[in-house]
Order: sequence, then structure tokens, then C-alpha cells
Amino acid sequence: MNAGAAILWGLRRDLALAMRSRAEIAIVLVFFLLVTSLFPLGLDPDPVLLSKIAPGIAWVAALLASLLGLPRLFAGDHADGSLEQIALAAAPLPALVAGKVLAHWVATSLPLVLLAPLVGIQFGLEPVSTGILVATLLLGTPVLAWLGAIGAALTLGARGGAALLALLVLPLAVPVLVFGAGAVESSRAGLGAQAHLSLLAAGAILSTVFGPFVTALAVRISFE
Amino acid sequence: MAGSGFFRFSSPASFFPLAGRLVPVFGWLAVLLTVVGLYIGFLVAPTDFQQGESYRIIFIHVPAAWMAMFTYLVIAGWSAASLVWNTRLSAMMAQALVPTGAMFAFISLWSGAFWGRPTWGTYWVWDARLTSTLILLFLYIGLMALRSAIEDPRRADRACAVLALVGSVNVPIIYFSVQWWNTLHQGASVSLTAAPTMAATMLAGMLVMSVAAWAYTISAALHRVRSIILEREAHARWTREVAR
Amino acid sequence: MIEWLSMGGYAYYVWMSYGMLAIAIAIEVFALVARRRRALEQVEQYDEETGFTEEAT
Repeated sequence: MNAGAAILWGLRRDLALAMRSRAEIAIVLVFFLLVTSLFPLGLDPDPVLLSKIAPGIAWVAALLASLLGLPRLFAGDHADGSLEQIALAAAPLPALVAGKVLAHWVATSLPLVLLAPLVGIQFGLEPVSTGILVATLLLGTPVLAWLGAIGAALTLGARGGAALLALLVLPLAVPVLVFGAGAVESSRAGLGAQAHLSLLAAGAILSTVFGPFVTALAVRISFE
Repeated sequence: MAGSGFFRFSSPASFFPLAGRLVPVFGWLAVLLTVVGLYIGFLVAPTDFQQGESYRIIFIHVPAAWMAMFTYLVIAGWSAASLVWNTRLSAMMAQALVPTGAMFAFISLWSGAFWGRPTWGTYWVWDARLTSTLILLFLYIGLMALRSAIEDPRRADRACAVLALVGSVNVPIIYFSVQWWNTLHQGASVSLTAAPTMAATMLAGMLVMSVAAWAYTISAALHRVRSIILEREAHARWTREVAR
Repeated sequence: MIEWLSMGGYAYYVWMSYGMLAIAIAIEVFALVARRRRALEQVEQYDEETGFTEEAT
């Protein structure tokens, strides 16, 4: 199987699996909205304040929600032994992994990006800023997906579970958070969001180029 | 039997005695340099015009911050070596450096807080360097957590190596992004990097203390790696001789 | 001497910083010694339980 076919195989298989666990995915999305709802409850729901902090909150909530969905990526296959089969297959592992992560992003992150306007409404975010927020999430969530994939592969079969995964992934995700939330702020300050969006785009490209190989290495390591 | 020249020390068994001889060398070097550094820092360097005596905290704050960053890079180097050449000892060196690097990251943050309080009024400021050091501390803790979460030592070696390398690629990006974030919010926070203009003696004190910290790190890491070697090689014959 | 210790009024901040460094190093040195002792015990134990072999990890 060549790389292209392998990617498609991984993509189709994991999308099919995701369709079967729609409820699980829905929970992650509900979690996202739940987290964003908590902030006004914990703070003064002053519209000016909320509108100001909305991008940061939306991004933190997206980070946490993406962490929740991560174990699904490898844990299921790891538990029933199919991950080992995949690792031993003749097809290139990075390509198979790329298909899986792409499916994961389509199933969990893309809906989240589409839900972001709801957060905009919750926080009274003006339309332009909401648009920029959606764009940053679209470009930033692939980076999160790859960082998460590497973390999930490294922690396969390790003790510590979700908390360990969060500890490993969140510090690495800080630049994405900074540039994602910063884009909206920068646009509000009249400086435009192009620089931030370009950096996020570069991050998305680099993580998609290198992510499969690092993740494949991490998967192989977990089988030693 | 291991090869000749430099590589004859690449097996844990042959490195063990070498490390043992080096531990006190670097240890005493650290002590000596610390004495000199503190002498310069407290008795030679003048009182700062604006910050008074409180600025003397930089003689540990800055060296600690430098060591925390530098050590992480060294860990990344050993990690890369361990993955490329599949050498156990490289991975053990990486493992041995982590706690000391974390300690310096923590000291950098703690001393930064106690320098910030009298200078800027608060124990914590979200300036670029402190924030980056905080994230660096989280990266160190992550390495230690992953190490303890994986049972098999060789698997832990390789997993931590990958994590260290991914982290090291991220460290400059994290620093850059935090710088950017900090300048965007210039009005809201003050920067600890706006240090007192350096008298030559102040700089000298900082440099000496930095070298002292470097010597200490080497000594501590070599001592630690000897214990790691014993732990991992407990089944091998040569360790019995040591236990005597 | 007392004058020097008071660090121009900043004694609390300066000594909290240097003090924590001293504590941290003391803890680290103590931990290093303890780890070595445990490692040597492990070596002793291994020998008593199952004998020894030459294979490495």
C-alpha cells in the first residue's frame, strides 16, 4: 500500500469508527460549551469584560476539549491489539497515522470550530472578531491535534491517564493559544490579524508535515 | 569490550568510575566559584541606585534561569544521541539532568518573585522571561512525570527522549510567542528584564555564579547518573564490586 | 555585620531568595545521597535473590 492509499485507509476507517461513537464526540462538544459558560458565572458578566476576554476563554476551552477527545485516537486500537497490527503492516506507519489524525480532527475539532460562533454569541463578540476567532481555531486545531497525537502515543499504556496527557500537551500548546487568542485582540487594536493567522497557518503546515513521523516513532516506542 | 578513544566510555560500566572521579572535581569547582561569585556579588558590586540591596537577588535569579534553559538544551542533545545511536548511557545522562534543571527553573521563579515584590510591588509579573521559565518548569515536570509513568526503563528512555526533543523545538517558539504576547500587553505589566544598568562588577558576579551553577549541575548529574546506572545494571556482575 | 544582614531594609526578600536556594541544594544533595544508598541496596538485594547474569537492559 502506498502512502496516499494508507492515508485514505486510516481516514475512512477512523471516520467510520467515529460515526459509531457519535455520542462520545457530542459530549466533547458539550464540554466545550459548558466550560465557556462557566466563566461568566465565575466572573462579573459585564458585557464589556466578557467581550474582551472571549477569545482567550474560547481558546482555553478548545484546548481542554481537544484534550478530552485525545484518548480516543489510539486507546481503542491499542486495547484490542489492532494498533499493533497497524504498526506491523506493510503500509507506511506515518501515512496510516496521518489518516487517523485527520479523521480525528474532522470528527472532533471541525465541529468545535463550527460551534465557535455560539461562544461569540455567549460573550457578545462582534462579528468580525467572531470570524477571526473561527479562522484561528480552524488553523490552530490541527496543531493541537498533532501535539495531542504525539502525547497520546507517548502515554499509551502508561499510568497517569488523561492528567499526564494534559500535563505534557498543554505547555507545548501555549504558542497556539497565544497566537490564536492574540489574533482577535490584535485585530481589535487595529493592527490586523494577518501576522497571527500566518503564524498559525505555518504551524498547521509544519505540524502536519512532521507530526506523522514523530507520532509514528512514538507509536513504535510504545510497543517495545 | 567497548571500543577505543572517546567511545570506550560509552558503556555504563566503563563510564561509572570516570563519573565517580569527576563528581568531586566539579563539586569543589562549584563551591569555589560560588564563594568567589558571592564575594563579588555582596562585597564588591556596588549598591544599585534605584533598587538598593534587593537587586543582589539577580546573582542567583539570572544564573538559575540560564541554567534551566541551557540544561534543557543539553537534555535534548543527549536525547537526540540516545535515539540516533540507541545508546543507553545517553538516555541515562538525559534522565540524570532533569531534576537539577527543574530545580534551577523553580529557583529562577522563586527568586524572581522575591525580586519582583520590592521592585514592582507584586510577587508575580507576567513578563516574557518569567512566563517562559514557568512553562519550562512544566516541561521539566512533564519529563519527570512521563519517566515515572512508564514501567520499562528502555521504553521510558525513548519516550522521554521524544518528549524532550519535541519540547526543545517548542521552547524557542514558546519564548517567541510569549515575547509577542508580552509586548502586546506592554501597558499592563512591567518587565523584570529591565534590570539595573549593569556595572562591570555586577556582570562579573552573575557570570561567575553562572559558571558555578554549571559546575554544580555537572557534579549533581554525574552523581545521579551513577545511581541510575546501578539501578539499571543491578543484575550485572561488575556492580557487585561497587557495592562492597 | 547586622547592617549588612539587613540588606538596606530588603533583608526579607534577599534572604528568602538565597535561603530557598540553600534549601533546594540541600534537598537535592540529600536526595542524591539517598538515591545512591537505595541503588546500592538494590544491587545487594539482586545478588541475594536470584544470583546475577551478564545481560544488560
